[in-house]
Amino acid sequence: MKKFILQRLTYSLISLFLLSLTIFLFVRLTGDPTVLLVEPGASKEDMAMIREQLGLDRSLAVQYASFVKDIVRGDFGKSFYYRTPVLELYLSRLPSSLFLAAAAMVFSLVIGIPSGIIAAVKVGKFWDNFGKVFALLGLSMPQFWVGLLLILFFSVYLGWLPSSGSGTIWHVIMPAFALGWFFAAAHMRITRSSMLEVLGSEYVKLARLKGLPEKRVIVKHALKNALIPVLTLAGINLVLMVNVAVVVETVFAWPGIGRLLYEGIAFRDFPVVQTTVLLSGSMIVVVNLVVDVLYAVIDPRIRLGA
Amino acid sequence: MAPLLELKNYSTHYVSARGTRVVKAVDTVSLVLNSGETLGIVGESGSGKTTLALSILRLLPMAARKTDGEILFEGEDLLKKSTEEMRQIRGKRIAMILQDPMASLNPLFTIGDQVSEPLRVHEGTPRRTAWQKATALLKAVRITAPETRVREYPHQMSGGMRQRIVGAMGIACEPRLLIADEPTTSLDLTIQAQYLALLRDLQREHGLALIFITHNLGIVAKMCDRVAVMYAGRLVEFGPVRKIFDQPRHPYTRALLQSIPRFADSRNRLTAIGGQPPDLSAPPLGCAFHPRCPDAIDRCRGEAPPETGTTNGHTVRCWVAGS
Ligand SMILES: Nc1ncnc2c1ncn2[C@@H]1O[C@H](COP(=O)(O)OP(=O)(O)OP(=O)(O)O)[C@@H](O)[C@H]1O
Ligand code: SF4
Ligand SMILES: [Mg+2]
Repeated sequence: MKKFILQRLTYSLISLFLLSLTIFLFVRLTGDPTVLLVEPGASKEDMAMIREQLGLDRSLAVQYASFVKDIVRGDFGKSFYYRTPVLELYLSRLPSSLFLAAAAMVFSLVIGIPSGIIAAVKVGKFWDNFGKVFALLGLSMPQFWVGLLLILFFSVYLGWLPSSGSGTIWHVIMPAFALGWFFAAAHMRITRSSMLEVLGSEYVKLARLKGLPEKRVIVKHALKNALIPVLTLAGINLVLMVNVAVVVETVFAWPGIGRLLYEGIAFRDFPVVQTTVLLSGSMIVVVNLVVDVLYAVIDPRIRLGA
Repeated sequence: MAPLLELKNYSTHYVSARGTRVVKAVDTVSLVLNSGETLGIVGESGSGKTTLALSILRLLPMAARKTDGEILFEGEDLLKKSTEEMRQIRGKRIAMILQDPMASLNPLFTIGDQVSEPLRVHEGTPRRTAWQKATALLKAVRITAPETRVREYPHQMSGGMRQRIVGAMGIACEPRLLIADEPTTSLDLTIQAQYLALLRDLQREHGLALIFITHNLGIVAKMCDRVAVMYAGRLVEFGPVRKIFDQPRHPYTRALLQSIPRFADSRNRLTAIGGQPPDLSAPPLGCAFHPRCPDAIDRCRGEAPPETGTTNGHTVRCWVAGS
C-alpha cells in the first residue's frame, strides 16, 4: 500500500511539472500585459519600466526558473493588476467554488446514480429511453443556456430565487443545478454502462443461481462493483467542477475561482492565471490520488496487492 | 417412482432483437433423470448444453424469448412456477456450477460471505452459524485451512480452489439436483480428476442427482448412469450409459465414441469428426447431421427424423438407426 501511494505521488509530481511549463508558455501567447496596465498613450520608457518591474524583460528561461523557484518556496507571486499576493486572491475565492462544486456534485449524484441503475435494470424499456433523452439533453445543453433558462424561469418569472451573487442557500441552487446538470448526465451514463457490464457478469449470474432475491443481487452483488468506476469519475469531476465553473460563475456572478481565472485571462494577469491553473492541476492530482486510495480500500484486489 | 426431473418436448429458441434471427438452441428435448442418478450431457461446442441447463433453472439470457414444452421437477412443472417460486428453488433444490469458475465469484466479497449466502437466504441461518457451515463446506470440498480461507477473497485462490468453492456453494443447501457445466478453460488434468472425484463423493454422501455437462465421453463413461447426446439443439441419442457405449445407434454417437481421447482430457473438443458443426440460425434441412453423416439416405435431407424409443429408455433420432 505504501509503495502504491509513493508510486502515484511520483507520477503526480511529474504531471504537475509538465503542467507548469505548459501554462507558463501558453499564458504568454495571450499578449503583452503592460499594454493593459498603463494609461493609454504611455511612453515606451514607461512601458519598459513596468515590464522590468514585473520581471517580463528577462529571458523566458530565467522567468520560468524563477517562477518554479518561487513556487517551491511557497511564493505564488503578486497579481499584476491587484498588486496583492495571488494566493490570497485565490484562497479568498476558493470556498465559494468548493461550496458550489459540492452542491453540484450532490445534485449530480442524487440524480445520476439512481437513474443510471434504473436504466440498466430496465434496459430497453421506458425508463431507459427516458434516461437516454435526459442524458442527451444534459450533455448537449450549454451551461450558460441552462443558466439563463433557470434565471428566466425562477428569478424573472416566478421570482423565487435570486438571479446572481452569493450568501444564502438560495443563491447556490441555480448555479449548482446549471453546473451539476451536465455531470448528472455523465454520472447517469457511466452508472448505466457499468451496471450493465456487471449485471452481465458470471458472478451476478451465479448470485441469481443461488436463489438470491433480485434486490439483493442488484444492491449487494452488482451495485458495489458497478460503483467503482462511478466513484472514480465523480472524484475527478468534483475537481473539474471546482475548476471549470468559469461560465456558470460568470452567468450567476458567483465569486469563485472560475471568475478569478476569467479575470486573469482578460487582464493578461500572468501570475493569476499560472497560479490558478497550477493549483487547479494540483487539486486534480490530489483527488486522483485520494480516489486511487479509496479504490484500494473498496477493492481487496488492490488493497492486498494482487 | 416418479423421476426427479423429466423434460417433455422442451425447446428454447434465441430470437434476435428484430426477430429476424432465430436460433433453436434447444429443440424438442425429452429426457428423464431419477434421484441420485448422474446424467451426462455431451455434444460439440454450441450444441445447446448450457442453454438446456439454464432452461431448467429458468435463468436464460434475455435473447431466449421463446420456450416451449414441460420441465417436471419432483412432479411439478417449473415453467408454471412464479418468479418467486423459482427463486426459492434455485440454490435450494436445484443448484448449478457455471462453466467459468474463475469469473463466478464476486471479487469484492469474502469466500465465507459468498459460500454462506445460500444458507442465509434460503434457510435464514444466522450469520455466525452460516459462516461455521461455510467453513465446514470448504472442508468438505477439500480446501486446506478452511478457517483462514473463509476470510480471504477470490483473487487469493487458485483456479482449482475457486472451482471447488463454487462447488461448495452449490451443495450448501443440500439440493436434490446439481448441474455442473464443465469448464471450457480447462484446468490442470490432475486438478480436473480431483474435481470429478470430489463431485462423485459429494453425490454419494448427499444422495443428489447430478447433471454433468461435458465434451468428453471418457468422463461420461466413468461418471454417469445415463447419457444424452446433443447435436444442434436436439437430443440425438439418450439412454443408459452401458447401452450407449456398447451399442451406440446414432451415427453421431458412434463417431463420438471413435474419437474418445485416450486420456481424460477435456481440452480435446470432439474435433475428430469431419465437417463443421451447423450454424444453428440456418441449420440444414431434415436431419441436422446429414451433411456429416456417413449413413445418410435421401429421406434425411428432406425430413427431420422423429424420436424413436426402445426398451429401457433408450431413444434415438435417426431414420436409419431408429427403424
Ligand atoms: N445469449 C444468446 N443469444 C443468442 N444466441 C445464443 C446466446 N447464448 C447462446 N446462444 C446460441 O445458442 C447455441 C447454444 O449455445 P450454448 O451456450 O447452449 O452451447 P453449449 O453446448 O453450452 O456450448 P459450449 O460447449 O461451447 O459451452 C449456440 O449456437 C449459441 O450461439
Ligand atoms: S437421420 Fe440420416 S443423416 Fe441423420 S443421423 Fe440418421 S442416417 Fe444420418
Ligand atoms: Mg456451454
